[in-house]
Amino acid sequence: MLKLSRRSPLAMVLALGGLATVSAIAFMTIGAKGNWDFVLPFRGVKLAGMVLVGYAIAVSTVLFQTVTQNRILTPSVMGFDALYILIQTCLVYFVGAAGFASIDPRLLFGLEVAVMVTFAVLLFRWLFSGRVRSIYLLMLVGLVFGILFRSLAGFLQRIIDPNDFVALQGEIFASFNAIDQQLLLVAAIAVLLVSLIGWRLLHTFDVLALGRETAINLGVDYRRTVTLILILISILVSVSTALVGSTAFRGPAMFFGLLVSNLAYQLVPTHRHVYLLPAAAFIAIICLAGGQTLLEQVVDFGTALPIVIEFLGGLVFILLLLKGAAR
Amino acid sequence: MIEVSNVSKRYGETLVLDEVSVQLPAGKITSIIGPNGAGKSTLVSIMGRLLPMDAGHVLVDGLDVTETADDVLARHLSILRQENQIVSRLTVRDLVAFGRYPYTKGRPTVEDREHIAQALSYLQLEPLAGRFLDELSGGQRQRAFIAMVLCQDTKYVLLDEPLNNLDMKHAVGMMKLLKDAAAKLGKTFVLVLHDINFASCYSDHIVALRDGKLAYQGTPEEIMQPDVLAEIYDLPIDIHEIGGHRIGLYFT
Repeated sequence: MLKLSRRSPLAMVLALGGLATVSAIAFMTIGAKGNWDFVLPFRGVKLAGMVLVGYAIAVSTVLFQTVTQNRILTPSVMGFDALYILIQTCLVYFVGAAGFASIDPRLLFGLEVAVMVTFAVLLFRWLFSGRVRSIYLLMLVGLVFGILFRSLAGFLQRIIDPNDFVALQGEIFASFNAIDQQLLLVAAIAVLLVSLIGWRLLHTFDVLALGRETAINLGVDYRRTVTLILILISILVSVSTALVGSTAFRGPAMFFGLLVSNLAYQLVPTHRHVYLLPAAAFIAIICLAGGQTLLEQVVDFGTALPIVIEFLGGLVFILLLLKGAAR
Repeated sequence: MIEVSNVSKRYGETLVLDEVSVQLPAGKITSIIGPNGAGKSTLVSIMGRLLPMDAGHVLVDGLDVTETADDVLARHLSILRQENQIVSRLTVRDLVAFGRYPYTKGRPTVEDREHIAQALSYLQLEPLAGRFLDELSGGQRQRAFIAMVLCQDTKYVLLDEPLNNLDMKHAVGMMKLLKDAAAKLGKTFVLVLHDINFASCYSDHIVALRDGKLAYQGTPEEIMQPDVLAEIYDLPIDIHEIGGHRIGLYFT
């Protein structure tokens, strides 16, 4: 363990980057039969989706864990993805499957991001304007909201027209096979903007990880910065949920984010987000692209990737609990 | 100078600070003493803008702590609370280096490295500099946090129970270090102390709180009186003059 903790963080990040590239190339080329002009764009869209989703989930989870100072929490605890499901369910419920399908996906995405960000800021302002400023209370409220959103969505899904339900189900189950290309571009722009803002805050993330009081002592405008980070997180969660939906209505980021963030903390023993964030993103891409290649091409079991990831993530979660990392 | 005027603070229905007004001199060591629940930590947290106050205001060198920008204040005033849990994998040197963040925003210069080396050496942390915080004892970790605050190099330093977890040698070393820094560098320290004898031997000024109110303030000679201490702590305390210091005995 001592040897493990003294590794150079930069070397580890580069190694993970290399592995991620190999996974991406393997995903693009292995088992390709027939015309490359068809295979490359076809797989390219899927790969781009995986890279975006992996990056969004990894970065949003690490940032969320930094802000909350807790390494077993993920943004879905705040009910972010549940809200997304509720918005979509409401839309399908009120305008019907046909009307829903006729809305421009880019417009839909913009609307969802706006609702998600408003929700995050309102919740945060409300809790922080009061006398209690505990992040745990914030999360408890988030948890309750999450349950409320899920239950409301579940209720609407039960009373919805069965045909509409089938259309809705297509939207909210995780799938890299049905990625909307227009949406991909919008999502990429959103992720790029978030990354540009995040780039300027890299050192602030390190300070925030020391906890609220130390961060304030060191001159971080805590309330403003945490609000900004929550906005960034809600945009990233919107990107991942909009692109691949939400696995089994529970959010793809639940255990997957936990898996990649904690692997990053283990493999790259540093406090500096300039290493942790890319490491987590690379691990996410390795898991998605590498895992998909392995399951599709080697064991011919392609659709099961989310299940495998959730299973592994769940195991990591239990291991972390047993190790007492849930400080 | 730190000017505290009419500061009140409630937690729910409980009034923990009741219109406290006090002026703490610059360039000196001020100790805040008082029984548990007297409001010592709350007062220090409010001075260090970690807690909002319900009424009153605090000026540090003329800067209002609730209105001054956080990064400006971080170059004038630093504060360390009692409990500091850190989840990140940090070495002692990494932690101390954070003390320079208010000046560099994460890009340390040669001058910053000197400050970091100096803070490490003040607290005799050089042999531990490369160790991770979770590999340290409570006392070593406490010294690492104090080194970070000293590395921040602010004129005003607020420390909530800085002697927590320290053995006798390091406790005395710490107090001597603070006294030295106040005398030579003109720094102002405000300490929450439980040991009245440390307060007596090392402070220039003592502020005693009881039930959220200012009970007494004055020089160690004025506070280290049997009747004064008995009123503050609700406990008979004998005062003896030993080696030019007034020492309270209350163990039996």
